[in-house]
Amino acid sequence: MSTTYALPEDFYYTKDHEWAQVDENIVTIGVTEFAQEQLGEVVYVELPEEGQKVNQGESFGVVESVKAASDLYAPVSGTVIEVNTALLEDPGSLNDDPMNNGWLIRIEMDTEKELANLMRVPDYRKLITEKK
Amino acid sequence: MAQDPNEKLQETHLRQTHEGHGAKMVPFAGWYMPVQYKGLKEEHQAVREGVGLFDVSHMGEIRVKGPKSLETLQWITTNDVSKLKAGDAQYSLFPNEDGGIVDDLFIYCMVPGDDYLLCVNASNADKDFAYVVRNNRGAEVVNESSQWSQIAIQGPKAIELLKRTFGDEAGVVPRNGHREFLFNGSTTILARTGYTGEDGAEVFVRNEQAAALWQTLIQKGQDLGVQPIGLGARDTLRTEMKYSLYGNEIDDTTNPYEAGLGWVVKPAAKDFIGKAKIVAAKEKGLKQKLVGLVLEDRGIPRQGFTVHSGPDSFDTNKIGRVTSGTLSPSTGQPIGIAYIDAAYADIGTTVYLDIRGRGAKARVVATPFVQTELTKK
Repeated sequence: MSTTYALPEDFYYTKDHEWAQVDENIVTIGVTEFAQEQLGEVVYVELPEEGQKVNQGESFGVVESVKAASDLYAPVSGTVIEVNTALLEDPGSLNDDPMNNGWLIRIEMDTEKELANLMRVPDYRKLITEKK
Repeated sequence: MAQDPNEKLQETHLRQTHEGHGAKMVPFAGWYMPVQYKGLKEEHQAVREGVGLFDVSHMGEIRVKGPKSLETLQWITTNDVSKLKAGDAQYSLFPNEDGGIVDDLFIYCMVPGDDYLLCVNASNADKDFAYVVRNNRGAEVVNESSQWSQIAIQGPKAIELLKRTFGDEAGVVPRNGHREFLFNGSTTILARTGYTGEDGAEVFVRNEQAAALWQTLIQKGQDLGVQPIGLGARDTLRTEMKYSLYGNEIDDTTNPYEAGLGWVVKPAAKDFIGKAKIVAAKEKGLKQKLVGLVLEDRGIPRQGFTVHSGPDSFDTNKIGRVTSGTLSPSTGQPIGIAYIDAAYADIGTTVYLDIRGRGAKARVVATPFVQTELTKK
């Protein structure tokens, strides 16, 4: 099991192991390497459709391994503007590259104030170190 | 299974062996067990195509001996134990007074009328032992769980590996039979049984020889592609066969006939605990049946999903519930096991699963979901 995870400094992180990359009011959302390792081989991904609203801390989709289903929680509230449809066709690519090509959805963020509820790298690293 | 975080997990005598294989270990039924090694799908395929080794030492063993052993077993199990000869194994159930199921088990007959070994689920081992003691009709009952380790060897190449390890005689043990073999001078019981749908055996071995037997099997099976298999693949393998798992398909409230286990209930042969209630439920007509489902829409059936007769208005048309589900590693199809109203249980019937509020179309199919050399026989 690898012990070092790629954790970009400019990303935000949730306690549920999603990451959020913020570019002005557009936020790209995915799950962390730690999460994909815990999930095992991903075989099914369910994501919202474009135009759908997501709310901070609420489930917006599901990622499933052969063994179990795990909810995906929105890091911030907003409206879905893009869905990684390639991932729906090839769920295993989430395991290969969770921090990049394995992104899930892009949303237009309602308010950047919600970012204050998210973690930065030092706190997130502490969280996953304690979990291991 | 709910885990008490303060509970001290039991460890099998193969724990270090698993860690040497790089296993991911998890709490399971009070034990610290390997859930996967290289990856669930690869392990699953290894068992379907080659041979896999499972540590099932967490299973419980109960010895029932003496002149009252047969009478006791006839009273506390549903199948007909009087049919067993030395070397036979029999799948059976412990029924409760309400007509439900305390556990499912295998009975290994050592000496007819005098000596039987029972193998029960880890999650129920303590409950089962108390049940046997409470309903004992004069037999000598010993909890031997702490004395035995158990290794399952499963797959189309399992018999070849068993012959290399125990000698050619291991290949002539009949299906659902067992024989004693020596390993390093220590007694082992080799049972031609399993929980995967593949040929193979479950070998009871004394704790002190468990790691040596495992290593021998790994070494002698190199060219057969032998692999250690975790609990994850154990579950997908049994789900593809629609074998019951206690806590999913069967529990204290399950009628054996509804679970499709009528073939191990023998009310004409004998009296047993809960018999009147079990039989009455059947005579009244079964309300629900355990069926196999294949999902035709996107998604994966999971335990607890409700089953419906239509794609929406879910509060008005519930007809059942999913007990187990997975993406079948063998076929790539989303498969599920479910109790549904008998009126909808015919093969080919279209039903709908409530998957997070969405009506996902599914079809009742014949099972097992996957055919193996063993199921074709």
